[in-house]
Amino acid sequence: MSNEPLKELFQQQFVKMVAVISNLFGLQHIELAEDIVSETFLTAAEEWEKKGIPENPVAWLYTVAKRKTIHLFRRDNILRTKVLPALASGHADEVDTGAFELDFSPKHIRDSQLQMLFAVCTPAIASESQIGLALRILCGFGIDEIAEAFLSNKETINKRLFRAKEKLRTENIRLEPPSGTGITSRLGNVLHIIYLLFSEGYYSQTPNRVLQKELCWEAMRLGVLLTEYELTNQPHTNALMALMCFHASRFSARQTGEAAIILYEQQDESLWDTDLIREGMHYLALSATGDQLTSYHLEARIAYWHCIKEDTPEKWEEILQLYNQLLMINYSPSVALNRTFALFKANGLEQALIELEKLKLEGNYFYNVLRDFLRTLPPH
Amino acid sequence: MKEFAFLFRFPRANDPGNIAPEEFKAIAKKWQDWAGGIAAQGRMSNGGQRLAMEGKVLKPGGVITDGPFVEIRECLGSFIVVKAENLDEATTLAHGCPILDQDGSVEIRPIFGY
Repeated sequence: MSNEPLKELFQQQFVKMVAVISNLFGLQHIELAEDIVSETFLTAAEEWEKKGIPENPVAWLYTVAKRKTIHLFRRDNILRTKVLPALASGHADEVDTGAFELDFSPKHIRDSQLQMLFAVCTPAIASESQIGLALRILCGFGIDEIAEAFLSNKETINKRLFRAKEKLRTENIRLEPPSGTGITSRLGNVLHIIYLLFSEGYYSQTPNRVLQKELCWEAMRLGVLLTEYELTNQPHTNALMALMCFHASRFSARQTGEAAIILYEQQDESLWDTDLIREGMHYLALSATGDQLTSYHLEARIAYWHCIKEDTPEKWEEILQLYNQLLMINYSPSVALNRTFALFKANGLEQALIELEKLKLEGNYFYNVLRDFLRTLPPH
Repeated sequence: MKEFAFLFRFPRANDPGNIAPEEFKAIAKKWQDWAGGIAAQGRMSNGGQRLAMEGKVLKPGGVITDGPFVEIRECLGSFIVVKAENLDEATTLAHGCPILDQDGSVEIRPIFGY
């Protein structure tokens, strides 16, 4: 048997199963959930090797996971002495304390994943660890892949994940449906982690292109999950989705066969994914409600303009003003440099050079690239 | 870094309400680019608020007058808050402010920290 189907199933199902089992046990015992699911896949590998792939592999996996969970309940001391009483005292209200039925219905899987997303994105965990934990628990990435994405080693990542899980325990983070109170600030945090996750993929230094793309798709998948719930389907959720769609639409055009990134100017726009651009437009329209202008709104609009290859004065004037606004609410050196490039396109070289000097970013690599580029241009 | 308020005053004769839309657009762009330039240096603390031209002034004895600027030549149009090491540096940031093209002025005032 080839490993491919199992690998694919693992990517799709691991996170769902961990979310559902954690929902039953509580986040403190997330490792138990991971163990059960890992063991389930181990069993699958062995059995399917011998007997072939079952007719409905997903149902097979769920059944085995349930059996292993019940088995664990019977023999594991921690579960018996600690988790069971907690369940019985009504912590997990969805659980029938008699049966400990694991509910792998699509709805319950989604609900569990949403709760997991909110739990992992708790402000208590440092954001670096959060992305790691999100990749592991919400996206099903292996430790090797996470290490590769961060250009780090397995040991460091393991430590980070350990600390993050420890925090989930000590801060007593609960899996619960997001509720009306405090949803705004918590959703902001969740969106930020999704944004970082996407950026990690889009701007990652890893030469592994497949991995980069997967990071971006996973971030978008989590964003879509948020749009499926009324409470989390907010204008800035849609703005972030639009932003990700527009960026992702240029994914294929950005890459050569080798490691090099193809710069925007040289991109073949026939490689831009028009479906994703359309989807981005859809989300952009949905984001334009309410009275809150977030950096996601501004960045989405900038990304939208970059989906129009034609170099018009209007385009660069719009982009410049969007960068001006973005810097007001969210300064970063890279935004300042991008703004200076837009200033060059909209207002001309002279002004751009003056403004560039003022940025005081001499140590910044991209500052030097932009300066050298502008200085090679003729004055008019 | 400390915070400084930029108070923009302009001659009453140059009431933006009297400016033609096309010219207004050009002036608005100058303001946005100038403020964007401060923000690009990471020095914008608060993009501020524009003040409408109408208003009332309350004086001792319950005297209320229409408009805050009946007795002054210049009126306060808006303000922003920037970050700078000292007053001199803040003043340097104010250079190039479009209000100067309109015969207006920028008043640079340190804000007391807590």
